[in-house]
Amino acid sequence: MNPAGSMRRAWTVVFLVLAATAAALAAPDALAQAADALAQPAPTPTRADYPVIGGLHGRPVVWGFAQMHLFLAAFVLAVPLFVVVIELAGAVTHDARYDVMAHEFMKISMAAYSFTALTGGGLALALFLFYPVVMDYLLKVFRGQALIYAVLFVLESVFLYLYYYSWNALRHGQRKWFHLSLGLVLNTVGLTLMFVANAWTTFMMSPAGVDPATGAITGTVWAATRNPLWNPLNLHRFLANIAYGGAIVGAYAAYRFLSVRSIKERAHYDWMGYTANLIAVAGFLPLPFAGYWLMAEIYAYSQQMGITAMGGVLAWLFIIQALLIGTILLAANYYLWCGLGRTDRGARYAPYVKYIAVVIVGGFLVWVTPHTLILSPEEIRILGGTSHKVLGPLGIMPAKNTAVNLMLVFTFMSFQLFYRSGRVPTVSWAGVGNMVIVALYAVGIVNIVAAGIYGYITPTVYKVGASVPQVVTTLTIIVVSLTIDSFMARGARKVEVHWGRMSTRSQYALFVLPVAFTWLMALMGYIRSSVRTHWHVYTIMKDASADAYIPTIGSAGNMITLVTLAFMAVIVFVFWLSQLGATVQEAPAGGEDRS
Amino acid sequence: MTFLRVMLFSLVVLLAYTLFANILPQVQSDPPKEEKIDLGSLDAAGLAAWGERIFKGQGTCTLCHNELGRAPDLLKLDLAAEFAERIADPRYDGAAKGLDGAAAIEAYLRESMLDPSAYVVAGFGKKGTNDTVSPMPAVDRPPIGLSEAEIDALIAFLEERAGAEITVTAPTGEQAQAAAQDGGEEETGPAETAQAVIERLGCAACHDLEGSGADVGPRLDGIGKRYDRAMIRQSILDPNAHIAEGFEPDIMPQDYAEQLRVSELELLLDYLEKLPAKEAAQ
Repeated sequence: MNPAGSMRRAWTVVFLVLAATAAALAAPDALAQAADALAQPAPTPTRADYPVIGGLHGRPVVWGFAQMHLFLAAFVLAVPLFVVVIELAGAVTHDARYDVMAHEFMKISMAAYSFTALTGGGLALALFLFYPVVMDYLLKVFRGQALIYAVLFVLESVFLYLYYYSWNALRHGQRKWFHLSLGLVLNTVGLTLMFVANAWTTFMMSPAGVDPATGAITGTVWAATRNPLWNPLNLHRFLANIAYGGAIVGAYAAYRFLSVRSIKERAHYDWMGYTANLIAVAGFLPLPFAGYWLMAEIYAYSQQMGITAMGGVLAWLFIIQALLIGTILLAANYYLWCGLGRTDRGARYAPYVKYIAVVIVGGFLVWVTPHTLILSPEEIRILGGTSHKVLGPLGIMPAKNTAVNLMLVFTFMSFQLFYRSGRVPTVSWAGVGNMVIVALYAVGIVNIVAAGIYGYITPTVYKVGASVPQVVTTLTIIVVSLTIDSFMARGARKVEVHWGRMSTRSQYALFVLPVAFTWLMALMGYIRSSVRTHWHVYTIMKDASADAYIPTIGSAGNMITLVTLAFMAVIVFVFWLSQLGATVQEAPAGGEDRS
Repeated sequence: MTFLRVMLFSLVVLLAYTLFANILPQVQSDPPKEEKIDLGSLDAAGLAAWGERIFKGQGTCTLCHNELGRAPDLLKLDLAAEFAERIADPRYDGAAKGLDGAAAIEAYLRESMLDPSAYVVAGFGKKGTNDTVSPMPAVDRPPIGLSEAEIDALIAFLEERAGAEITVTAPTGEQAQAAAQDGGEEETGPAETAQAVIERLGCAACHDLEGSGADVGPRLDGIGKRYDRAMIRQSILDPNAHIAEGFEPDIMPQDYAEQLRVSELELLLDYLEKLPAKEAAQ
């Protein structure tokens, strides 16, 4: 059989399937219910519409399933995103190590896939059982989209299995490009799946395509899908998933690094851990800016919703967020600093580490400083007000924005130092290039601090706006110095990197990342869901259940920890499964097995 | 061993986050409860006092109308001068145009609440709209969703703050019944802290409590030093029994004996008795 011909036929089938899905996605209204059913106002559920099954209320069950499903889905959708990039790097550089590592990353996510489907099924069941009226309304709003979601899920399974199991069959030459294209299709389907799920979530926060007074459906499915918060959430989850996926495979690499004995294997898993940390940091650095966009859109959609999140009952959660992000940045930086020991040239950058550490820790402390404290009258008397006289000013946004941006800039600097420790530039303009980069950092840092000071003296409404130049500065430093570095690296003399020359302690930084990321993800999910306050669909359908309140931070924290523990158990099992798959039993001593 | 060490380490990190979440201030946010008001018995001052409670509670007005500058700080501004200036603004072309005095203020306030974009105070419009679109939601629609009677109460409060005549009246007869039914309160369990009782009853709306600065009723700081427990109890259950100097009778609701459970009353008394005097605090 002609391989080129069969490949063309395979592509035609792939193309037809995708075209059919795209057409269905564009016209879910074709699957719509009768117009008079859509014209009905949104139902107003009563307490009796929320069944209590076996003493269980709906909220903890749905919360648990939704969070587990999100953890697993985020991981399973994220891994193919960076695996395709690593595979492409292998195809372009002809370095087989990339291919082996990409395949190993996929192996871990494959074992998690069935758990994703399982928890997804559990979530759907729990939603229909405990919130039948809400689900009935959402199904009406999104009409045929639920069916499309199911089709996309089947397609995701098909392409995931195809991509993974065809890895060795399509390894070289022209076939490699076909395999990469399969990966691209897999990611397209996966992202579409996530975007559809996001549409339902964001519709509940900022409903569109329905009558604001009655909730009757007035627009198309596309109008409900493209609600004000859809795209900000799409971007935020896309980046967060990459960071999250990177952190989890990093933990796998660290665990393998600590378990294996051979130097070759340790080198492989050290390199894998480094790459995973790089992916996590790369996904993480732009995340605050995506978060900023999401929050700005929330304020633009409903100032009340924004204030509920940032200045109301949920404000304290951002102090926990600061603690979590602070530990993530400290751990990622610590790992990068330890990595300087991998090259002999790294020692020349070691003296700078202490200054970076001071900025990261200082920024972290500013970020966790609260402004207004909830105090007893006695405490207010002792403190002389609801905020501390000296430290209180550090609790407001200009100080926090300055701290966050400086932390990001210095984290990027840690990465850049490691990158440079492995290369000696040979271009004639290397000196000028270095000076430009140093000047860029210096001017950028001054600009970030100056914009922060300006934030103090401008009215509240403009304080958030004052953070825009800070964000632009941080991104400029990263993009411009990366560009200069990439040109300086041309023809550079490579310094040997001793992969595997890492301390045991450094690997524990890679365990902090997934634990903190998982907890952080659940915390942000809790905030995102809570800003709807006592509404299922904000301003359209009230929550009349006994659980319509926003729980305390403590009880939310306990719930988050429980779900994180469950997820850790699943992940440990998944790691074990992927190792088991690679284990081959040796033949019994004394020849062939006679049983 | 590696596995155990890694798991133990991860668990310690996880527990540290959990502990941190549990040592922070714990606040549960309940859905807003509409207040049960005997509308038929409300006079102008009572209506304004109810409006103040709505302003600081259910109406969520203070989320933006505060000293942080998101919206004009209606509790600090000289409202008489403000309203006159706004209605005279050449940009103003709303319902109050051509009206005078208290009638103009009522028309302006009602319009501002029901159609906030009709006139936007300079500098307070949505970004990029050149002060033509207000970020404020219409108060009669979700998520605020105030009733007509509640909007009237808010108008009464703001008119009183502006020193103007109160032009709105509480609904009477069938209207009052309908409005009262509209605001039926849900049955819930007893409050577990004095703060929860205070929040529910809205004490800080009239009394200067925990820095609220309200002066409709007497200040409560150091009340335990001025009165004994029995006297405080009587003042809650039968507010007209003793009227503090400089204050009017019939302002404080008379039905706390029905609204409060015994355990809640005891919590409240424990709290008030120990409330330190402000002089000592400063």
